[in-house]
Amino acid sequence: MWRQANWNEPLIYELSSDKKRKQGIIIPEEDIDVKIDIPEKIKRKNELEIPELSELEVVRHFVRLSQQNFGVDLGMMPLGSCTMKYNPKVEELTSRVVENYHPLQDEDTVQGILEMMYEMQKWLAEITGMDECSLQIPAGAAGELAGVLMIKKYHESKNRRRDEMLVADTAHGTNPASATMAGYKVIYIKSNQEGLVDIDILKEVVNSKTAGFMLTNPNTLGLFEENILEISKIIHSIDGVLYYDGANLNGILGVARPGDMGFDIVHINLHKTFAVPHGGGGPGAGAICAKGELKDYLPYPIVDKEGDKYVLRNPVKTIGKIASFYGNIGNVIRAYVYILGLGPQGVSQVGKMSTLATNYLISKLKNVKGLELLAPHRPRKHEVVFSAKPLLNDKGVTALDIAKALLDRGFHAPTIYFPGIIEEALMIEPTETEPKETLDKFIDALKEILEESYKDPEKIHQTPQNTTVKRLDQVKANHPTSVTPSYRVLRLREKGVIKILK
Amino acid sequence: MVYHPWLPNLDYENEMIREIGVNSIDDLFKDIPEEIKLKRLLNVGYSKPLSEYEIYLRLLELENKNAKLRMPPFLGGGVCPHYVPEAVKFVISRSEFYTSYTPYQPEISQGLLQALFEYQSLMADLLEMEVVNSSMYEWGSALAEAVLMAYRINGKKKVVIPASINPYHKKVLETWTYGKEIKIKEIPYSNEGKINLEVAEKEIDEETSAVYIQQPNFFGIFETDIEEIVDLAKKKGTITIMGVNPLSLSLIKPPGEYDIDIAVGDGQELGLPLNFGGPYMGIFATKWDGKLVRQMPGRLVGLTTDSEGKRGYTLILQTREQFTRREKATSNITTNEALMAIANAVYISLLGKSGLRKLAEEIYKRSHYALLEFERKGIGKRKFNSDFFEEFTVSFPISYGKIHENLKARGIYGGLKISDKDAIFCVTEVHTKHMINEMIEEVKKIVETS
Repeated sequence: MWRQANWNEPLIYELSSDKKRKQGIIIPEEDIDVKIDIPEKIKRKNELEIPELSELEVVRHFVRLSQQNFGVDLGMMPLGSCTMKYNPKVEELTSRVVENYHPLQDEDTVQGILEMMYEMQKWLAEITGMDECSLQIPAGAAGELAGVLMIKKYHESKNRRRDEMLVADTAHGTNPASATMAGYKVIYIKSNQEGLVDIDILKEVVNSKTAGFMLTNPNTLGLFEENILEISKIIHSIDGVLYYDGANLNGILGVARPGDMGFDIVHINLHKTFAVPHGGGGPGAGAICAKGELKDYLPYPIVDKEGDKYVLRNPVKTIGKIASFYGNIGNVIRAYVYILGLGPQGVSQVGKMSTLATNYLISKLKNVKGLELLAPHRPRKHEVVFSAKPLLNDKGVTALDIAKALLDRGFHAPTIYFPGIIEEALMIEPTETEPKETLDKFIDALKEILEESYKDPEKIHQTPQNTTVKRLDQVKANHPTSVTPSYRVLRLREKGVIKILK
Repeated sequence: MVYHPWLPNLDYENEMIREIGVNSIDDLFKDIPEEIKLKRLLNVGYSKPLSEYEIYLRLLELENKNAKLRMPPFLGGGVCPHYVPEAVKFVISRSEFYTSYTPYQPEISQGLLQALFEYQSLMADLLEMEVVNSSMYEWGSALAEAVLMAYRINGKKKVVIPASINPYHKKVLETWTYGKEIKIKEIPYSNEGKINLEVAEKEIDEETSAVYIQQPNFFGIFETDIEEIVDLAKKKGTITIMGVNPLSLSLIKPPGEYDIDIAVGDGQELGLPLNFGGPYMGIFATKWDGKLVRQMPGRLVGLTTDSEGKRGYTLILQTREQFTRREKATSNITTNEALMAIANAVYISLLGKSGLRKLAEEIYKRSHYALLEFERKGIGKRKFNSDFFEEFTVSFPISYGKIHENLKARGIYGGLKISDKDAIFCVTEVHTKHMINEMIEEVKKIVETS
């Protein structure tokens, strides 16, 4: 039976004694005769409450914490739309190329880094079918913001008043959030019975106020929007911009390109499609690419080549900067290594192999009692969304229960919190890096959970049992009287200094 | 091609196709219109998959195309070179952290959640602010999000910033707030390089959504009129945002002691390499006030208990996020800089309260020593007569561009040129006294021979 480590590890504050001085690192000191003379008015008054520990204690504490955590190196993480593929270890060779270079150094001192960036810009443009890419996007959502700001500035420069952004109802929540940040009113486009954009609704909604349409293809249900050329024609007929959310690019990588489908702007999540480790939710890395006139609006700078020198250049109508410097270059180079290692053949195989894995899972799970699948005749690309609604109706077991039961078997759960259009969603994305043997074990685990749910639903409600902690109290975590986002709040509440969070 | 180390199912293709009940993988793509199918290999990478050794050689080649410097650059601008302890690198390389994802299933991600809770707690104590999120991208975007947050709270569109703001942050602020048509007003700085309080009194009015203060400012100078500005802001119903260098906070008043509403900054200086601009680590904090906390962008980790009453950690207040609130969310951020937050937590834990103070003092001393040496050698003068931390501005008798190019030719990277004869230098614990002397000696030779 799978079991996760459980160290009952105290908080780092609780490991430290208030009275004894300890040191985890020696600060180098120089013989310098300078008096520290901070103006009284700005001196820190309250003593720091930071614990003091030896190096060993710090290391042991964090190693124990790491053992109470689950990553791709430990097991399958079929989180739909998150693309948790394996991160090849060779990527760790990259640090020396970028680690010690300051972003404000002159171009002539960082030619190696700029050459790498230049090649990545070209390769990502080729992969997406765009004309140019900017690498300064620290994550996908920042790419979306850049994209919608580009759309805004583009329309403004044409003296067009456009204040509506169309978003598919299957979209990632970041799409409407990004559109709002750019000042747009969000108009949702409903999906049809097949889980695809409803073309008739789209035609009705599109008008002279439409700035653009944010879409991902394949969509979050894993379905390819087969009417994409018609969608593109509709949006372009009113001079709208078609925006591609690259979160799901993995399923068609090497098979089809957004640029060839009529998209004008694309963001890429390098940490997803190009296997950069996710680091517990970040750092990621991204790129924003555009074609035609829109490429002039990309965030600056872009790396260009003049003779045999690499130089930084600003697109003529740039929206400005999204990050202070060039983005998460430390991760861009990890993605670069991934592409080097796969080569043209490997990169071109990714979409096919991830799609093969997804449809293999579907073939084994589509007739399992308790699950249902929208439009089962359609092939999925990178991911599939099952609904556990039949199980809920039959036995009162939810998608959340299934998720927790999977944890007990050594698998991370699928995404269960969206898309909103599927009740009790289980969004599974196996990726091309999981071996068939692991896929089979995952399928067996899921089948077993469903069978057990019919036999003994109460047992499933009691999961997880084998993880570091058992099921957590979310109400207490979020209640205004008990919500505790830091140790400081805990201390101050115990002293009666802070009140209910109103 | 049948085998590749990262594509384990190539040889299972036929078996899996049979199981699915199709004739070929192409059948799984028959919903893609023929005219948009790519009918060739992508032209990426080099002509074949590179072996690990070949990748190593390519990286070595790139590394050798970067300039070799004899010592760390004397460059700041909100990003300073620091020594990163091996223990920090070791912890964030633990693959259970490194290859994990956002802890959507808290029971299996307690280690990450606790580490992030500890980051939030350590940073909260450093800032004396109660609520710190589990990271933003970097300082510039954290500032932009703070300004957008102030706008969400009070609906006003004017934001007041000092002219001594880090210009790289200002550029990010301008881009991010362009969509909401926020108007940015700048307060000039005095001869001492500090916020001009008289102008601030005029600019902070009832229409002002937020006022930003950077401490120390872009020139490395300590602002000394923060209390006055906070008072002014309170009278006008303006939200206060303070940008901080976290490393300086063991010496100077943290934002909480001024009763600041929102604090931002970068954790780069707490255990992260220069990384040519990223990843860095955006700090975002607020005081204990529901109207601030509920509008806060990013993720928060909080305490709770499990079904047996044992302490546990989970993401909290998620109803603010794009996840459930979509267009009404407090921000679009999902991927953040979680691993960098852990690096910060480990670094702060290694230093402890005494180490933090000692490090700040050492940096203070070395940076002051460097400026004094420029003056003693008669080759540079301080531009502003104010106290500073880590960075300082020097005026040279000849064009700094010339000094810079000559230094570079000798394998030394000097300060950041801000005008013809002025440059900002950054000196930290990675610059030994010997290195500082050597750099200044080289500058002296350049100045004297021209």
